[in-house]
Amino acid sequence: MSEKSEKSEKSEQNRLSVFKTYKLYVGGKFPRSESGRVYEVTSSKGEWLANAPQSSRKDARDAVVAARKAFGGWAGKTAYNRGQVLYRVAEMLEGRREQFVREVADAEGLSKSKAAAQVDAAIDRWVWYAGWTDKIAQIAGGANPVAGPYFNLSSPEPTGVVAVVAPQESSFLGLVSVVAPVIATGNTAVVIASEAAPLPALSLGEVLATSDLPGGVVNVLSGRTAEITAPLAAHQDVNALDLCGADEVLAKELEVAAADNLKRVVRPQPVDWSADQGTHRLTAFLETKTVWHPTGSLGASGSAY
Amino acid sequence: MADKTETLNNPFEYAPAPESRSVVDIAPSYGLFIDGEFTEAADGKVFKTVSPATEEVLSEVAQAGAADVDRAVKAARKAFVKWSALPGAERAKYLFRIARIIQERSRELAVLETLDNGKPIKETRDADLPLVAAHFFYYAGWADKLDHAGYGANPQPLGVAGQVIPWNFPLLMLAWKIAPALATGNTVVLKPAETTPLSALFFADICRQAGLPKGVVNILPGYGDTGAAIVAHDDVNKVAFTGSTAVGKEIARTVAGTDKKLTLELGGKGANIVFDDAPIDQAVEGIVSGIFFNQGQVCCAGSRLLVQESVQDELLDSLKRRLGTLRLGDPLDKNTDIGAINSAEQLARITALAETGEAEGAERWSAPCELPTSGYWFAPTLFTNVTQAHTVARDEIFGPVLSVLTFRTPEEAVAKANNSQYGLSAGIWTEKGSRILAVADRLRAGVVWANTFNKFDPTSPFGGYKESGFGREGGRHGLEAYLDV
Repeated sequence: MSEKSEKSEKSEQNRLSVFKTYKLYVGGKFPRSESGRVYEVTSSKGEWLANAPQSSRKDARDAVVAARKAFGGWAGKTAYNRGQVLYRVAEMLEGRREQFVREVADAEGLSKSKAAAQVDAAIDRWVWYAGWTDKIAQIAGGANPVAGPYFNLSSPEPTGVVAVVAPQESSFLGLVSVVAPVIATGNTAVVIASEAAPLPALSLGEVLATSDLPGGVVNVLSGRTAEITAPLAAHQDVNALDLCGADEVLAKELEVAAADNLKRVVRPQPVDWSADQGTHRLTAFLETKTVWHPTGSLGASGSAY
Repeated sequence: MADKTETLNNPFEYAPAPESRSVVDIAPSYGLFIDGEFTEAADGKVFKTVSPATEEVLSEVAQAGAADVDRAVKAARKAFVKWSALPGAERAKYLFRIARIIQERSRELAVLETLDNGKPIKETRDADLPLVAAHFFYYAGWADKLDHAGYGANPQPLGVAGQVIPWNFPLLMLAWKIAPALATGNTVVLKPAETTPLSALFFADICRQAGLPKGVVNILPGYGDTGAAIVAHDDVNKVAFTGSTAVGKEIARTVAGTDKKLTLELGGKGANIVFDDAPIDQAVEGIVSGIFFNQGQVCCAGSRLLVQESVQDELLDSLKRRLGTLRLGDPLDKNTDIGAINSAEQLARITALAETGEAEGAERWSAPCELPTSGYWFAPTLFTNVTQAHTVARDEIFGPVLSVLTFRTPEEAVAKANNSQYGLSAGIWTEKGSRILAVADRLRAGVVWANTFNKFDPTSPFGGYKESGFGREGGRHGLEAYLDV
């Protein structure tokens, strides 16, 4: 809590506010880092905001275990059901709008109205991705007219566990824009929050925990980006990496490590988070499965219609 | 109903489990819903809507005339300007709100629908209402993704859609019409059927709760002449109709020579084809759901059973045994399988066609069941010894009447299945995957169910070949009907 907002709270309510202990979100629970470490998170003006957990290699591995455990159930839900759950996230975010506006304003040094615009756009983005769950197969899959008597259908399926390096600058709109598409299609995620501005991400965990989203589908870690991402990039049970928030040098190192089990990798690139995001981040973490089946033959006779 | 002593002596005596009516509050009268307000008809006309299970009058409803149609179209036209200019994401959020409110009020709407339509609460609660909410949810998501739908960049709405829906799935047909129309940026004037206007009027209240801008949805209860006035109105850009093939043809004639885009979901005479290797018990369940779901008042009903000769006896024995267990009666009873026929008029039509079947020499069998003394009822019935020339094999009965024909080879099955003016649905029952696909490939029908029947989903396109109409509702394909493409 910044000094300024604390002051105004005191004058308004004449009471001392209660600070929140920011915690990780792993497997549907809110643990501290197993390492016992925290680091100081400050506002863009350098004011102390909170002590955030500084996740360790072990925390990262625990998060992968949780994400893997949640994968089968989440991928196995109907697309409609996943859409309902994602929409529920948007409903819960709307209810916590003021909190996120404050956190984004503090984290990114934005005016209240600019922060509010970011949060509104983030809520609408959840809604946009909620709508994609049962539509992506209709634009990324389809029947293939093979030259033979075969039924041939391609369908997208989720890749698996995706490690997401959230954008460093856009602490909430950017975060939402990289997390929602991963889980919309049935993947599960280990999210590494912005190193300097992790609080909106940690608060997002609290929203997800109360949105019918099964535990482990999204896991949120805060700490030193390089320290947490290295074991994830090398992890044999991680299927894909979104390197959005990694700098050039780190991104290359992680991509090299990721090659060991051929993780699908989305490289960092400049993104205008306020613009239409297209379907790139949805399709990046999908596998296409094509099924063939003979159609048999009824012979030359039959209907003349 | 058995008294207490009797129940004790006979522990297996049937005990009704009626759903409570108190969840729904039906007003003694309803107006037209035009430009966000309930209003009387210009000429003051009203009509009564009754519960087909009891013939009790449920409410008195304003009956829209030509002047009201004109007012509604003007309101829709005015609303179109802003509605179509809204960002897709904003239209999406209105539709998501509507979907959520429908979910919240689904038990109330299920009871209402059962009262007004006569179908079992089991169906309105477990099929109609979940599908209604899902349909709005699905199309809500399309509203801001139209660029991805395969119709080119920035596809445009048509304008004012005139929509006329039937009485067999009143709220579901409303959802099929209104959800894609609104998602794509059109505004609507919708006429519910004269025997089932209430759920559409409750939907008007849902639009109010959702804060939908005035004039975007207009509801005009009335009879055929109201529908004809909507279809013929000069300022309507799109006509969508679900109903009989005869009326569909009349509408096609009306819009001929205009710029109105037309989609029609009409009648059917679905063939349910059972091969000798089919799992019989599973097929029997599918046949029952295919023709007795919603008392057979379903355009895609599997009303022609085509059974391979070698398994005919076994299948019919099982089928008759199963039909004997269906429970016909109070639609609000949660155990009821077969509810009331929607109207006296429809009951008369079914009765006449069944009599024709007998007169033409087909063999009639009905499940032994007692019919209630008031209301409109028809026992589950099947005809055997049916040939392709029989009226009961050709005409859509739109009731709980199944015609059984036989075949020897897959070719013969396909030929018989396709020997119809209709082409809406078909079913295939066999354990052999390649046969399913080969037969499906040859069927001239818009929906083919294999080892299942009467499955619906908002993501899945639905619509007919031939005189079952044209255009598709549901899925990505369903957007096309409301886009200028």
